[in-house]
Amino acid sequence: MARLDFGDALNLALREEMRRDARVYCIGEDIVLGLPFGVTKGLIDEFGPERVLNAPISEAAIVGSAFGAAVTGLVPVVDMHFADFVTCAMDEVANQIAKSRYMFGGQLDCPLTLRMPYGIGKSGGGHHSNSVEAWFVNLPGLKVAIPSTPADARGLLKTAIRDPDPVLVFEHRGLYRLVGEVPNAETLVPLGVAEVKRRGRDVTVIATARMVHESLEAARRLADEGIEVEVVDPRTLVPLDRDGLAASVRRTHRVVVAEEGPMRGSAGAWLAWVVMEDCFDDLDAPIARVAAPNVPIPFSPPLESFVMTTADDVVAAVRQVVK
Amino acid sequence: MSPPGPDALLAMYASMLRVRLFEERARELFQNGRIPGFLHTSVGQEAVAVGVAAALRHDDYVLSTHRGHGHLIAKGGSLRGLMAELYGKANGICHGKGGTMHIADVSVGYLGANGVLASGCVVAPGVGMSIKRRRSSQIVVTFFGDGAANRGPFHEGVNLAALWKLPVVFVCENNRWASSTAHALSTAGGSIAARGAGYGIPGERVDGNDVLAVHDAVTRAAERARGGDGPSLIEAHTIRWVGHFEGDAQAYRGKDEVAEGRQRDPIARLERLLIERRLLDAAQAARVRESVVAEIEDAITYAEASPLPRPEDALTDLFAHYPWRD
Repeated sequence: MARLDFGDALNLALREEMRRDARVYCIGEDIVLGLPFGVTKGLIDEFGPERVLNAPISEAAIVGSAFGAAVTGLVPVVDMHFADFVTCAMDEVANQIAKSRYMFGGQLDCPLTLRMPYGIGKSGGGHHSNSVEAWFVNLPGLKVAIPSTPADARGLLKTAIRDPDPVLVFEHRGLYRLVGEVPNAETLVPLGVAEVKRRGRDVTVIATARMVHESLEAARRLADEGIEVEVVDPRTLVPLDRDGLAASVRRTHRVVVAEEGPMRGSAGAWLAWVVMEDCFDDLDAPIARVAAPNVPIPFSPPLESFVMTTADDVVAAVRQVVK
Repeated sequence: MSPPGPDALLAMYASMLRVRLFEERARELFQNGRIPGFLHTSVGQEAVAVGVAAALRHDDYVLSTHRGHGHLIAKGGSLRGLMAELYGKANGICHGKGGTMHIADVSVGYLGANGVLASGCVVAPGVGMSIKRRRSSQIVVTFFGDGAANRGPFHEGVNLAALWKLPVVFVCENNRWASSTAHALSTAGGSIAARGAGYGIPGERVDGNDVLAVHDAVTRAAERARGGDGPSLIEAHTIRWVGHFEGDAQAYRGKDEVAEGRQRDPIARLERLLIERRLLDAAQAARVRESVVAEIEDAITYAEASPLPRPEDALTDLFAHYPWRD
């Protein structure tokens, strides 16, 4: 085991995959210097300018060209810079990438990875802070990974790059400097396999990315009161490990779904419905949800803190379902 | 480079006729309720599709538009597969999942029609990047309309292809109308070809009703692209004889424009040339037409006889593996 931060674990995954497969290349804005979060730092020295491409500020061309390359023999890894900017390439993601295999009757593979740095924090403001994973959960044809630890980040990104279908990897920008154990051996994390991040008999908290850590903090606090919280991380929203979630719910019979994005029409709403459908007879209380209010992410620190979901919110939701 | 020889000219003639007669039959079949959906045909615009395709190799790529049947036929796509797809049949090229506006035939390098205008303009540079990385001498052509030249992806795509000297040819089919909005009312500066200069690449206006002019321009652009000198922009002026879509009342234009189109019929024009050069006579012309008609009727018979997809096949082809998990 090595101790790496989340960003370095992603960097390691990129290096490993680029060494393994010469078709893999990285493209994005400012990625030669590794800006803005350091994930692609140093790749240029090992792989050169043919495989580490600084693109003009042309999101449609970055993502659209990755699609063209993917369907004709290359394996692109796109750095979206900030996930918020995917709106400038939404036709490319939603109409071209997501639908090409389907519309064309399976004639084309589209092995493309979109790295989506996202999330709230540090007064990023309305165009640099949003949790937009729900948009893509609602788009058939895409797979959606959302790791919470350095080991999962590395393992899921590697799997995404090897997948014959388009995969979006949501990387919470508040986690990039989080340090954790990463196996020395090359380790892949399969898509669609949840992991229990903490065992507990009383309540299942289903959480992704930053909210996994907030939920673990909530679990530590609640343990002092004698409430044992199980934290389950689906790790990928598409495909979803429904069996893994159900197994936990059948042990605890109470569920909180915790996420960072707005409450309405969210990924958490989908997860809550899945649990309801699969485990209705096992539930001893209505499912509670932790999510942000339905507003854009504000700038000023007290405003941002107000909409940011935290361990406090998870604690309150757990208390509600064990009442 | 030498101009096309007799065989090539006759092949272009047959190809244009194939596009024309296919489209006319498709219109009838649509009007008779045999073909579902929204149908956009390219009647009158055949010289662009055929002039481009004749300048390409079999392994070159094409990205097309919502008005793409002609591009596919000219590139050598199967008429049976295309017609069955228009019918929504199981053995259409895309098994009925794509239909007229969302069809691809990868076997001939036709990477897809597109329901979204100018989308191919940003996909083409990526195809060019892949060609370059594979050290291949292929090229990619992306078609788009005059209306699409006002979308952002046109500018982003041309900029990227020019910046990285990618083997792309951007072919604008200017048929004067962005659906029902006149070119002059949608396009600042008037000339789309002139936009090439802003990106430091050749931009050329050609008569899109003259298949040889189109062929010549694309041949030069293809040579430049294969030679590593980067993309070109070609604006081919043409006239669509029919509505934007089948059923379009065309209240936005007078009958004189279609009359002008018919007067400048690209097929009749090449036919006159072939006759002048004694490469074709009336009897031979009739034989070519007969053989093209037979191909198209065969495709229709095939499509009519083909089975509809099983309803549950709506769930296949989403991901590489089936069944998939939600």
